[in-house]
Amino acid sequence: MSEAKQAILARLRANLSDPETRRGAVEQRLDAHARGPAPAVDADAAADFIARLEAAAATVVRVHDGDAVVAEASAYLEQRELPPRLLLADDPWLQGVAWPQALQIDVGAAAPDSLVCLSAAYAGIAETGSLVLLSGPVTPTGLNFLPDHYLCLLRTVDIVPRIDDLWGRLRAEGRAMPRALNLITGPSRTADVEQTIQLGAHGPRSLHVLLLDEA
Amino acid sequence: MNPASTQFKANAREALHDAQLQRALTNIRSGFVAKRRAALEILPEFEALRRAGKAIKEHALDNLDLYLERFEHEVEQAGGQVHWARDAAEAREIVLRLCREAGAGTVTKGKSMVGEEIAINEALEAAGITPVETDLGEYIIQLAGEPPSHIIAPALHKTREQIIELFREHHVKYGLTQALETVPEIVDEARKVLRDKYFAADVGITGANFLIAETGSAVVVTNEGNGDLTATLPKTHIVLASLEKIVPTREDVAVLLRLLVRSATGQPFTAYTSFFTGPRRAEDPDGPEHFHVVLVDNGRSAIAGDADFREVLRCIRCGACLNHCPIYNAVGGHAYGWVYPGPVGSVLTPLLIGEEKAADLPNASTLCGRCEAVCPMSIPLPKMLRKHRERQFAERIVPPRQRLALQAWAWLASRPGLYRPAVRVGVGLLRLLAGRRGRLRSVPLAGAWTQARDLPAPQGGTFIDAWHKGRRR
Repeated sequence: MSEAKQAILARLRANLSDPETRRGAVEQRLDAHARGPAPAVDADAAADFIARLEAAAATVVRVHDGDAVVAEASAYLEQRELPPRLLLADDPWLQGVAWPQALQIDVGAAAPDSLVCLSAAYAGIAETGSLVLLSGPVTPTGLNFLPDHYLCLLRTVDIVPRIDDLWGRLRAEGRAMPRALNLITGPSRTADVEQTIQLGAHGPRSLHVLLLDEA
Repeated sequence: MNPASTQFKANAREALHDAQLQRALTNIRSGFVAKRRAALEILPEFEALRRAGKAIKEHALDNLDLYLERFEHEVEQAGGQVHWARDAAEAREIVLRLCREAGAGTVTKGKSMVGEEIAINEALEAAGITPVETDLGEYIIQLAGEPPSHIIAPALHKTREQIIELFREHHVKYGLTQALETVPEIVDEARKVLRDKYFAADVGITGANFLIAETGSAVVVTNEGNGDLTATLPKTHIVLASLEKIVPTREDVAVLLRLLVRSATGQPFTAYTSFFTGPRRAEDPDGPEHFHVVLVDNGRSAIAGDADFREVLRCIRCGACLNHCPIYNAVGGHAYGWVYPGPVGSVLTPLLIGEEKAADLPNASTLCGRCEAVCPMSIPLPKMLRKHRERQFAERIVPPRQRLALQAWAWLASRPGLYRPAVRVGVGLLRLLAGRRGRLRSVPLAGAWTQARDLPAPQGGTFIDAWHKGRRR
């Protein structure tokens, strides 16, 4: 044990009761995962999710299959007069859809000048309107932070009511915390100049969510 | 940063006459205050959350030793390292050593109040390492060579014109030839220049809003995404956090996030809330190879054992007490002379740098109680400000003349048989002196007060007289 650690713990313990008398309660508290109060969430979690995410300046469209994902992504590029080029995560589902020849598809990690990226979220949270991105081979973190335009695929069934439900799902699936877990609620923004909200500070200038209702 | 809190009175006077600052400060009411109110109006669960949040923090403080040990264990399990620092000097040494090990030339930084507290930028510069602040507000004040003036909006004191001027001066070297005009232009210019810095940096340093004992995670809340790029792109990520940031579980963090964001900016949630746990895994395509957490004590363990002030360790640094403080709104953050301004700063600063070096701060309060009323952690700030005043008196920090006056007043006030007639005479005398104008231009012994305003003559009788007449509600 480092000298500093010993000294700090000793100082703290000088004013606390014997740690051994508290240890059991602390272990129990850690294992209980007790949930605190939370804002009410609509019975239709997807509707709540969309409303909150849109209020945070993101756009959401509902799609029903891979073809619709292709159509929406292509339309997004065209409407904004962006080059026909899309950086995809190394995600089998995303790569499995029928991307048109006219669209240049890159796969991999993001570069400093990546313009448009598409990856899939692990979950959505209705309470906050947040997308949940877990770092990993299929969803490298750079894809959701570096591009000007971030497109995100989310399956409607993956929307959970509250933040606590996300933790419950991770535990149920036996997943440890990844290197980075990002809750993303709208595009990047700043209010550091005279409290005027401006989108596109360091992360994406726009966030477009493709909400997939699978049959 | 060297504390300048002893100059509070002079700083405050200057601030009151600074037209640009006064204009910048008017944004607080229409911004933070109005937005927070709107956010809470639609959150009937606020009081329940507040009670739950307070209970979480109290429990964590009561078991800080055990949760810190568990946190360290979990960080190590995830492949990271925890470093313990007793004071600012030790924390700086650790960060410098880690930067040297990483061969760092440039370090990008997310916003960190503990970083300001331990003056990490100055230490890095002295060691030949260039720190680059990436939060736009922090970047602006780094260009200006100034400390932050607000816990969550460091450049709150700057007007758009001043910011444009700073960019004109400092961005020529990045090829900026035309003067910027609009807010989008300012933000874009910073984005462009900082984008390259993120990729050039060898080390990224962020703060943490919370540390989770259960998982060994550091939680970073931002709107810009700068914290995420800082934590993801360099080879080494260092988290700087003080001891009291620890909470037991992820469920606990959910409660605190619900309180923090609404109290701070009035948003229901920030754009980015990120949980960092260890370095990149073997299969990860991106992320840092090294993950370090520096746990900074720097006075916290002493405060934890101080019954009068222990509760201030519940603070989650939302800034609501600053935004609602009439004093902060009048003089801004710089007048306070150190890292933490506003009511919570006036409580913390004397504890961290010494009562005598910050003696004016606890006195710069009307004790109106708004800070406690808006605090999401229900910290009894006015009570603590009074405690500081008592300590100053007990430690003879209060100047002799003031001590004498206070002692005389205490002597009189604790003798109702003398006090009541004396007040009655005083009231009559003031009314007589005020004459038909009903106000006094100057009053003996209160020259400083009447220098800026007239004293209205007392109306009616004394409080006790009215009480006895039964005119009570």
